[in-house]
Amino acid sequence: MHEMGIASSVLSAVRIEAGRYPGSRPTRVGLRVGEWSGVDRESLQFCFDALVMDSDLSGLELSIDYRLRRNRCERCGVEFAVENYETHCPQCRSDHTVAIGGTELDIAFVELEE
Amino acid sequence: MERVAVEKKVLNENDRVAAELRQRFAEEGTLVFNFISSPGSGKTLFLERTLEALPKDLRVAVLTGDIQTDNDARRLARVGFPVQQITTAGACHLDARMIDKALAAWAGERFDLLLIENVGNLVCPTSYDLGEERKIVLLSVTEGEDKPLKYPGAFFKSKVMILNKIDLLPYVPFDIQAARDNARRINPNIDIFETSCTTGQGLESWNAWLGLQIHLNRREAVVSR
Repeated sequence: MHEMGIASSVLSAVRIEAGRYPGSRPTRVGLRVGEWSGVDRESLQFCFDALVMDSDLSGLELSIDYRLRRNRCERCGVEFAVENYETHCPQCRSDHTVAIGGTELDIAFVELEE
Repeated sequence: MERVAVEKKVLNENDRVAAELRQRFAEEGTLVFNFISSPGSGKTLFLERTLEALPKDLRVAVLTGDIQTDNDARRLARVGFPVQQITTAGACHLDARMIDKALAAWAGERFDLLLIENVGNLVCPTSYDLGEERKIVLLSVTEGEDKPLKYPGAFFKSKVMILNKIDLLPYVPFDIQAARDNARRINPNIDIFETSCTTGQGLESWNAWLGLQIHLNRREAVVSR
Protein backbone atom coordinates (compact mmCIF):
# COMPACT_ATOMS: atom_id res chain seq x y z
CA MET A 1 0.00 0.00 0.00
CA HIS A 2 2.50 2.62 -1.09
CA GLU A 3 0.00 4.05 -3.59
CA MET A 4 -0.77 6.87 -1.15
CA GLY A 5 2.86 7.95 -1.30
CA ILE A 6 2.87 7.59 -5.09
CA ALA A 7 -0.31 9.66 -5.40
CA SER A 8 1.15 12.29 -3.11
CA SER A 9 4.33 12.47 -5.26
CA VAL A 10 2.17 12.90 -8.35
CA LEU A 11 0.28 15.79 -6.77
CA SER A 12 3.53 17.51 -5.73
CA ALA A 13 4.76 17.26 -9.31
CA VAL A 14 1.46 18.66 -10.62
CA ARG A 15 1.74 21.64 -8.24
CA ILE A 16 5.29 22.34 -9.42
CA GLU A 17 4.27 22.07 -13.08
CA ALA A 18 1.17 24.28 -12.64
CA GLY A 19 3.31 26.82 -10.80
CA ARG A 20 5.17 27.46 -14.05
CA TYR A 21 1.94 28.72 -15.65
CA PRO A 22 0.52 31.36 -13.31
CA GLY A 23 -3.22 31.84 -13.58
CA SER A 24 -3.81 28.34 -14.92
CA ARG A 25 -5.54 25.45 -13.19
CA PRO A 26 -4.45 21.82 -13.68
CA THR A 27 -7.39 19.64 -14.79
CA ARG A 28 -5.76 16.34 -15.66
CA VAL A 29 -2.49 14.51 -15.06
CA GLY A 30 -1.35 11.63 -17.25
CA LEU A 31 0.78 8.77 -15.92
CA ARG A 32 2.47 5.82 -17.53
CA VAL A 33 2.29 2.82 -15.21
CA GLY A 34 4.10 -0.37 -16.12
CA GLU A 35 2.74 -3.83 -15.45
CA TRP A 36 5.78 -4.52 -13.25
CA SER A 37 6.09 -1.14 -11.57
CA GLY A 38 4.60 -2.55 -8.38
CA VAL A 39 1.70 -0.11 -8.49
CA ASP A 40 -1.92 -1.18 -8.34
CA ARG A 41 -4.04 1.01 -10.61
CA GLU A 42 -7.27 0.83 -8.63
CA SER A 43 -5.52 1.53 -5.38
CA LEU A 44 -3.65 4.46 -6.96
CA GLN A 45 -6.92 5.90 -8.30
CA PHE A 46 -8.52 5.54 -4.87
CA CYS A 47 -5.64 7.32 -3.12
CA PHE A 48 -5.48 9.99 -5.80
CA ASP A 49 -9.21 10.76 -5.43
CA ALA A 50 -8.93 10.86 -1.64
CA LEU A 51 -6.04 13.33 -1.74
CA VAL A 52 -7.52 15.55 -4.45
CA MET A 53 -10.95 15.85 -2.83
CA ASP A 54 -11.35 19.20 -1.05
CA SER A 55 -7.72 20.11 -1.76
CA ASP A 56 -6.29 23.00 -3.78
CA LEU A 57 -6.28 20.55 -6.72
CA SER A 58 -9.97 19.67 -6.40
CA GLY A 59 -11.36 18.51 -9.76
CA LEU A 60 -8.01 17.18 -11.00
CA GLU A 61 -8.44 13.96 -12.96
CA LEU A 62 -6.08 11.04 -13.41
CA SER A 63 -5.33 9.25 -16.68
CA ILE A 64 -3.31 6.06 -16.55
CA ASP A 65 -1.61 4.68 -19.62
CA TYR A 66 -0.98 1.07 -18.57
CA ARG A 67 2.11 -0.45 -20.19
CA LEU A 68 2.61 -4.17 -20.62
CA ARG A 69 5.98 -5.76 -20.27
CA ARG A 70 8.24 -5.81 -23.36
CA ASN A 71 11.75 -7.22 -23.69
CA ARG A 72 14.49 -6.96 -26.28
CA CYS A 73 16.82 -9.82 -27.13
CA GLU A 74 20.45 -8.85 -26.66
CA ARG A 75 21.55 -11.47 -29.18
CA CYS A 76 19.26 -11.00 -32.18
CA GLY A 77 17.68 -7.64 -31.29
CA VAL A 78 14.05 -8.69 -31.65
CA GLU A 79 11.54 -6.91 -29.39
CA PHE A 80 8.65 -8.90 -27.99
CA ALA A 81 5.76 -8.82 -25.51
CA VAL A 82 6.45 -10.84 -22.37
CA GLU A 83 3.49 -13.09 -21.81
CA ASN A 84 3.08 -15.54 -18.99
CA TYR A 85 6.53 -14.47 -17.66
CA GLU A 86 8.26 -15.93 -20.70
CA THR A 87 11.42 -13.87 -21.10
CA HIS A 88 13.24 -16.13 -23.57
CA CYS A 89 13.59 -14.68 -27.05
CA PRO A 90 10.78 -16.05 -29.27
CA GLN A 91 13.07 -15.85 -32.30
CA CYS A 92 16.44 -17.28 -31.22
CA ARG A 93 15.53 -18.71 -27.76
CA SER A 94 18.35 -16.74 -26.08
CA ASP A 95 17.80 -16.05 -22.39
CA HIS A 96 19.76 -12.79 -22.60
CA THR A 97 16.84 -10.43 -22.96
CA VAL A 98 16.35 -7.11 -21.21
CA ALA A 99 13.22 -5.21 -20.19
CA ILE A 100 12.48 -2.23 -22.41
CA GLY A 101 8.95 -1.58 -21.20
CA GLY A 102 6.54 -2.44 -18.43
CA THR A 103 8.44 -0.96 -15.51
CA GLU A 104 7.42 2.68 -16.15
CA LEU A 105 6.17 4.90 -13.38
CA ASP A 106 6.25 8.26 -15.13
CA ILE A 107 4.31 11.47 -15.27
CA ALA A 108 3.71 12.00 -18.99
CA PHE A 109 1.71 15.23 -19.05
CA VAL A 110 -0.41 17.76 -17.22
CA GLU A 111 -3.42 19.49 -18.77
CA LEU A 112 -4.03 23.09 -17.76
CA GLU A 113 -6.98 25.41 -18.12
CA GLU A 114 -6.87 29.20 -18.06
CA MET B 1 -7.08 23.53 -22.47
CA GLU B 2 -3.37 23.10 -22.89
CA ARG B 3 -1.42 19.88 -22.48
CA VAL B 4 2.11 20.25 -21.11
CA ALA B 5 4.58 17.38 -21.45
CA VAL B 6 6.18 16.62 -18.10
CA GLU B 7 8.13 13.40 -18.73
CA LYS B 8 9.35 12.86 -15.21
CA LYS B 9 9.57 9.82 -13.04
CA VAL B 10 6.86 9.84 -10.40
CA LEU B 11 9.53 9.03 -7.84
CA ASN B 12 11.84 11.66 -9.27
CA GLU B 13 12.67 13.08 -5.84
CA ASN B 14 13.45 9.67 -4.36
CA ASP B 15 15.58 8.78 -7.39
CA ARG B 16 17.51 12.04 -7.07
CA VAL B 17 18.39 11.36 -3.42
CA ALA B 18 19.19 7.73 -4.26
CA ALA B 19 21.58 8.85 -7.03
CA GLU B 20 23.37 11.11 -4.54
CA LEU B 21 23.66 8.24 -2.07
CA ARG B 22 24.98 5.92 -4.79
CA GLN B 23 27.61 8.49 -5.71
CA ARG B 24 28.64 8.86 -2.08
CA PHE B 25 28.82 5.07 -1.58
CA ALA B 26 31.02 4.77 -4.69
CA GLU B 27 33.37 7.51 -3.51
CA GLU B 28 33.65 6.00 -0.03
CA GLY B 29 33.95 2.43 -1.30
CA THR B 30 30.84 1.23 0.54
CA LEU B 31 29.09 -1.86 -0.80
CA VAL B 32 25.35 -1.57 -0.14
CA PHE B 33 22.76 -4.34 -0.25
CA ASN B 34 19.02 -3.81 0.16
CA PHE B 35 17.25 -6.92 1.54
CA ILE B 36 13.60 -7.38 0.60
CA SER B 37 11.14 -10.11 1.61
CA SER B 38 7.73 -10.85 3.05
CA PRO B 39 7.37 -10.53 6.82
CA GLY B 40 8.61 -13.66 8.57
CA SER B 41 10.91 -15.01 5.86
CA GLY B 42 13.87 -14.82 8.22
CA LYS B 43 15.64 -11.63 7.11
CA THR B 44 16.77 -10.61 10.57
CA LEU B 45 18.20 -14.01 11.53
CA PHE B 46 19.82 -14.25 8.10
CA LEU B 47 21.51 -10.89 8.71
CA GLU B 48 22.55 -11.93 12.23
CA ARG B 49 24.25 -15.05 10.81
CA THR B 50 25.83 -12.97 8.05
CA LEU B 51 27.21 -10.42 10.52
CA GLU B 52 28.54 -13.15 12.82
CA ALA B 53 30.65 -14.55 9.99
CA LEU B 54 32.21 -11.24 8.94
CA PRO B 55 35.73 -10.33 10.10
CA LYS B 56 35.49 -8.10 13.16
CA ASP B 57 37.86 -5.51 11.67
CA LEU B 58 35.61 -4.98 8.66
CA ARG B 59 33.68 -1.71 8.84
CA VAL B 60 30.07 -2.83 8.62
CA ALA B 61 26.85 -0.98 9.41
CA VAL B 62 23.23 -2.08 9.37
CA LEU B 63 20.02 -0.15 8.86
CA THR B 64 16.86 -2.03 9.64
CA GLY B 65 13.39 -0.81 8.77
CA ASP B 66 10.16 -1.69 10.52
CA ILE B 67 6.83 0.00 10.90
CA GLN B 68 7.17 -0.11 14.69
CA THR B 69 9.59 -1.32 17.44
CA ASP B 70 13.37 -1.50 17.59
CA ASN B 71 13.39 -5.25 18.28
CA ASP B 72 15.36 -6.05 15.14
CA ALA B 73 18.01 -3.41 15.81
CA ARG B 74 18.53 -4.79 19.30
CA ARG B 75 18.93 -8.31 17.93
CA LEU B 76 21.36 -7.24 15.23
CA ALA B 77 23.39 -4.97 17.52
CA ARG B 78 24.39 -7.98 19.65
CA VAL B 79 26.93 -8.96 16.99
CA GLY B 80 28.86 -5.76 17.66
CA PHE B 81 28.58 -3.72 14.47
CA PRO B 82 26.74 -0.36 14.49
CA VAL B 83 23.01 -0.78 13.84
CA GLN B 84 20.23 1.77 13.48
CA GLN B 85 16.55 1.11 13.48
CA ILE B 86 14.44 3.15 11.07
CA THR B 87 10.85 3.14 12.28
CA THR B 88 8.66 4.20 9.39
CA ALA B 89 5.56 4.81 11.54
CA GLY B 90 3.17 3.29 9.04
CA ALA B 91 5.09 3.48 5.77
CA CYS B 92 5.40 0.09 4.11
CA HIS B 93 8.89 0.65 2.68
CA LEU B 94 12.13 2.57 3.20
CA ASP B 95 12.88 5.48 0.91
CA ALA B 96 16.15 7.17 0.00
CA ARG B 97 15.57 10.14 2.28
CA MET B 98 15.21 7.85 5.32
CA ILE B 99 18.58 6.29 4.48
CA ASP B 100 20.20 9.69 4.03
CA LYS B 101 18.83 10.87 7.36
CA ALA B 102 19.92 7.73 9.20
CA LEU B 103 23.43 7.94 7.74
CA ALA B 104 23.78 11.50 9.05
CA ALA B 105 24.03 9.99 12.54
CA TRP B 106 27.25 8.27 11.38
CA ALA B 107 28.68 11.33 9.62
CA GLY B 108 32.45 11.12 9.18
CA GLU B 109 32.49 7.32 9.38
CA ARG B 110 33.23 5.17 6.37
CA PHE B 111 31.94 1.68 5.90
CA ASP B 112 33.04 -1.22 3.71
CA LEU B 113 29.59 -2.77 3.82
CA LEU B 114 26.15 -1.38 4.56
CA LEU B 115 23.31 -3.87 4.90
CA ILE B 116 19.80 -2.48 4.69
CA GLU B 117 16.94 -4.62 5.94
CA ASN B 118 13.82 -3.23 4.31
CA VAL B 119 10.33 -3.35 5.82
CA GLY B 120 8.84 -6.85 5.44
CA ASN B 121 6.85 -6.44 2.23
CA LEU B 122 7.39 -7.91 -1.24
CA VAL B 123 5.64 -5.11 -3.11
CA CYS B 124 6.32 -1.53 -2.09
CA PRO B 125 10.08 -1.65 -1.36
CA THR B 126 10.73 -2.70 -4.96
CA SER B 127 9.68 0.74 -6.23
CA TYR B 128 12.11 2.71 -4.07
CA ASP B 129 15.78 2.95 -5.00
CA LEU B 130 17.92 3.38 -1.88
CA GLY B 131 21.21 3.88 -3.72
CA GLU B 132 22.09 0.22 -3.19
CA GLU B 133 24.48 -1.77 -5.35
CA ARG B 134 21.90 -4.53 -5.51
CA LYS B 135 18.62 -5.69 -4.09
CA ILE B 136 18.55 -9.16 -2.56
CA VAL B 137 15.24 -10.95 -2.18
CA LEU B 138 14.62 -13.63 0.46
CA LEU B 139 12.02 -16.32 0.02
CA SER B 140 11.45 -18.92 2.72
CA VAL B 141 10.22 -22.42 2.05
CA THR B 142 7.23 -21.85 4.32
CA GLU B 143 5.88 -19.52 1.64
CA GLY B 144 4.66 -20.70 -1.75
CA GLU B 145 7.06 -21.60 -4.58
CA ASP B 146 4.92 -19.38 -6.83
CA LYS B 147 5.86 -16.21 -4.91
CA PRO B 148 8.17 -15.08 -7.76
CA LEU B 149 5.21 -15.23 -10.15
CA LYS B 150 2.82 -13.51 -7.75
CA TYR B 151 5.26 -10.73 -6.89
CA PRO B 152 7.40 -10.50 -10.02
CA GLY B 153 8.67 -6.97 -9.34
CA ALA B 154 10.76 -7.98 -6.32
CA PHE B 155 12.37 -10.89 -8.17
CA PHE B 156 12.84 -8.94 -11.37
CA LYS B 157 14.69 -6.13 -9.61
CA SER B 158 16.86 -8.35 -7.40
CA LYS B 159 20.19 -9.78 -8.52
CA VAL B 160 20.23 -12.44 -5.80
CA MET B 161 17.58 -14.68 -4.28
CA ILE B 162 18.09 -16.37 -0.91
CA LEU B 163 15.91 -19.46 -0.52
CA ASN B 164 15.79 -19.60 3.25
CA LYS B 165 14.70 -22.09 5.95
CA ILE B 166 15.64 -25.09 3.78
CA ASP B 167 15.92 -27.21 6.94
CA LEU B 168 12.09 -27.20 6.90
CA LEU B 169 11.85 -28.75 3.42
CA PRO B 170 10.96 -32.23 4.74
CA TYR B 171 7.97 -30.78 6.59
CA VAL B 172 6.41 -28.43 4.05
CA PRO B 173 4.97 -29.01 0.58
CA PHE B 174 7.45 -26.65 -1.09
CA ASP B 175 8.83 -27.58 -4.50
CA ILE B 176 12.30 -26.06 -4.44
CA GLN B 177 13.00 -26.74 -8.11
CA ALA B 178 9.76 -24.97 -9.04
CA ALA B 179 10.82 -22.01 -6.87
CA ARG B 180 14.16 -21.82 -8.70
CA ASP B 181 12.46 -22.14 -12.09
CA ASN B 182 9.87 -19.49 -11.26
CA ALA B 183 12.53 -17.03 -10.12
CA ARG B 184 14.52 -17.65 -13.30
CA ARG B 185 11.45 -17.18 -15.47
CA ILE B 186 11.14 -13.70 -14.03
CA ASN B 187 14.87 -13.04 -13.94
CA PRO B 188 17.03 -15.54 -15.88
CA ASN B 189 20.28 -14.16 -14.43
CA ILE B 190 19.35 -14.17 -10.74
CA ASP B 191 21.93 -15.80 -8.44
CA ILE B 192 20.37 -18.24 -5.99
CA PHE B 193 21.62 -19.30 -2.55
CA GLU B 194 19.84 -21.93 -0.47
CA THR B 195 20.28 -21.48 3.24
CA SER B 196 19.17 -22.48 6.69
CA CYS B 197 20.02 -20.12 9.50
CA THR B 198 19.11 -22.82 12.04
CA THR B 199 21.45 -25.55 10.80
CA GLY B 200 23.89 -23.25 8.98
CA GLN B 201 23.44 -25.17 5.75
CA GLY B 202 24.36 -23.10 2.70
CA LEU B 203 25.67 -20.16 4.71
CA GLU B 204 29.27 -21.00 3.89
CA SER B 205 28.83 -20.39 0.17
CA TRP B 206 26.81 -17.23 0.82
CA ASN B 207 29.55 -15.91 3.14
CA ALA B 208 32.24 -16.75 0.59
CA TRP B 209 30.30 -14.95 -2.13
CA LEU B 210 29.78 -11.93 0.12
CA GLY B 211 33.50 -11.83 0.97
CA LEU B 212 34.31 -11.83 -2.72
CA GLN B 213 31.89 -8.96 -3.40
CA ILE B 214 33.43 -6.89 -0.60
CA HIS B 215 36.89 -7.57 -2.00
CA LEU B 216 35.88 -6.65 -5.56
CA ASN B 217 34.15 -3.48 -4.38
CA ARG B 218 37.19 -2.37 -2.40
CA ARG B 219 39.47 -2.97 -5.36
CA GLU B 220 37.16 -0.95 -7.59
CA ALA B 221 37.13 1.91 -5.07
CA VAL B 222 40.95 1.91 -4.90
CA VAL B 223 41.28 1.86 -8.70
CA SER B 224 38.85 4.76 -9.17
CA ARG B 225 40.48 6.87 -6.45
